[in-house]
Amino acid sequence: MSDFPVFFLHGLAYGGLLFLVSAGLTLVFGMMNVLNFAHAAMYMLGAYFSYTILRMTGQFWLSLMICPLLLFVIGAVIERFLLRRVHVFGHVHELLLTFGLAYIITEVVKWVWGNFPLAVNVGGFLGGTVEIFGITYPLYRIFIFASAALVGIMMALILYRTRLGIILRAAVNDSEMVNALGFNVPLVFMGVFAFGAALSGFAGVIAGPLLSTYPGMANEILIDAFVVIVVGGFGSLGGAVVASLIIGELQSFGVLLFPKLSLALVYLLMSVVLIIKPSGLFGEKQ
Amino acid sequence: MLEVKDIHSFYGKSHILQGVSMALKEGELVCLLGRNGVGKSTTLKSIMGLVKPSEGSIRFNEQELIGKRPYEVARLGVGYVPEDRRIFRSLTVHENLLMGIRNGAKKGGWTIERVYEQFPQLKQRRENKGGHLSGGEQQMLTVARTLMGDPKLILVDEPTEGLAPLIVKEVLEMLAAVRSSGVTVLMVEQNFKASIKVADRFYIMGKGHMVFDGDTEALLAAEEIRRNYLEV
Repeated sequence: MSDFPVFFLHGLAYGGLLFLVSAGLTLVFGMMNVLNFAHAAMYMLGAYFSYTILRMTGQFWLSLMICPLLLFVIGAVIERFLLRRVHVFGHVHELLLTFGLAYIITEVVKWVWGNFPLAVNVGGFLGGTVEIFGITYPLYRIFIFASAALVGIMMALILYRTRLGIILRAAVNDSEMVNALGFNVPLVFMGVFAFGAALSGFAGVIAGPLLSTYPGMANEILIDAFVVIVVGGFGSLGGAVVASLIIGELQSFGVLLFPKLSLALVYLLMSVVLIIKPSGLFGEKQ
Repeated sequence: MLEVKDIHSFYGKSHILQGVSMALKEGELVCLLGRNGVGKSTTLKSIMGLVKPSEGSIRFNEQELIGKRPYEVARLGVGYVPEDRRIFRSLTVHENLLMGIRNGAKKGGWTIERVYEQFPQLKQRRENKGGHLSGGEQQMLTVARTLMGDPKLILVDEPTEGLAPLIVKEVLEMLAAVRSSGVTVLMVEQNFKASIKVADRFYIMGKGHMVFDGDTEALLAAEEIRRNYLEV
């Protein structure tokens, strides 16, 4: 088992990326009851924006700041002018809308950037390696895990240490009541959706150098991200942390230990969790 | 203070409110009675903006409420205490109370300290999750939460539903105390025997409209109305 540390670190890196993608997804679902199928497409958009910014400037850190901002604006526009209009017609319409958006974004990406993989190199300091557990390991993967941890801690601090956090958690329980207490819930929803989009954009930038940037990358991560929020419990940030790490490691060690079964392992885990605790590991009973 | 004039509200295609009118003066505790399904809760929701009436007018201190969103109505000074209490289950008692404070609410009214003084039980439970409270405690919390926003008028939907008789008495006394503190109260009830001790005036609703308006004496005298619209 000399490969153990390598696969463990691989798992952490992929788990970190999964958390970045699923945190926004679970937040939007918990708050607005919208399962956003376009979330992964927005993540892909983040990766492509980043590709272009890197081509133009070569500045990874700049890309890491600008892409989330761009996605924040796109998310705000989608919520304000599309999602809010169909909200009164119920969940099915919201679901169909985000489903359609995912297709549109994917086609636009093919049209603008082409239907083939693009290589993204982070370069510089982050492109180097580091000695850890007695092995030489790419620093970038450590960086992915560290930034996921940072984002997770930041979100936890906002949710549990600020007044805004209290409002957000209350909205998860009962958004209509929050409205009746005098809070502008439509504005809160727009902010949450835009923040979720920004997170997906951040994850997209991070994913670029790790995975390849191609039009299928959205669907590739979407399934794992959905499994994360089902296993963790819909709307639970803590659940997303735990489930992301489990699934990251499962994907990583699955390839090492049961190569033929590795694709099925994720679904197996989800089935077991659903049978034992249908609301997910950290989900509240509805 | 509040004047509801001939409002019509729908739930989908069913015509729930068919011309409801009522008026409240400042400082009153008014009780809206009637059987299940006649539209009492819908009347409160229409005032609050949670249901939008298709016709009529609702004026609160000379401002038209119809067309306003719930948060806008709340900011004008209308508090809503819903049926089923609707406590934020995963928030602590203290956080639930913090949720009641509105941005830009006047200082000098209800504060957390004053709420804890008035409801010592809530103080003891301040770090407990809202979902872990008993029915009576939840009812206190939901009223206290609304008071935190310094409302001029509170709409209370079936506050005694599902509570033991002893707790019912406590909750009604609490509402009477709220009224004494200067807040106007409009409360929906099924239990008229309990509410008769605290309310100044009563409305009775039949299917979608008012059938009675009067004080305690008039209500006790109106045997036929009570037989037709209240007693089972």
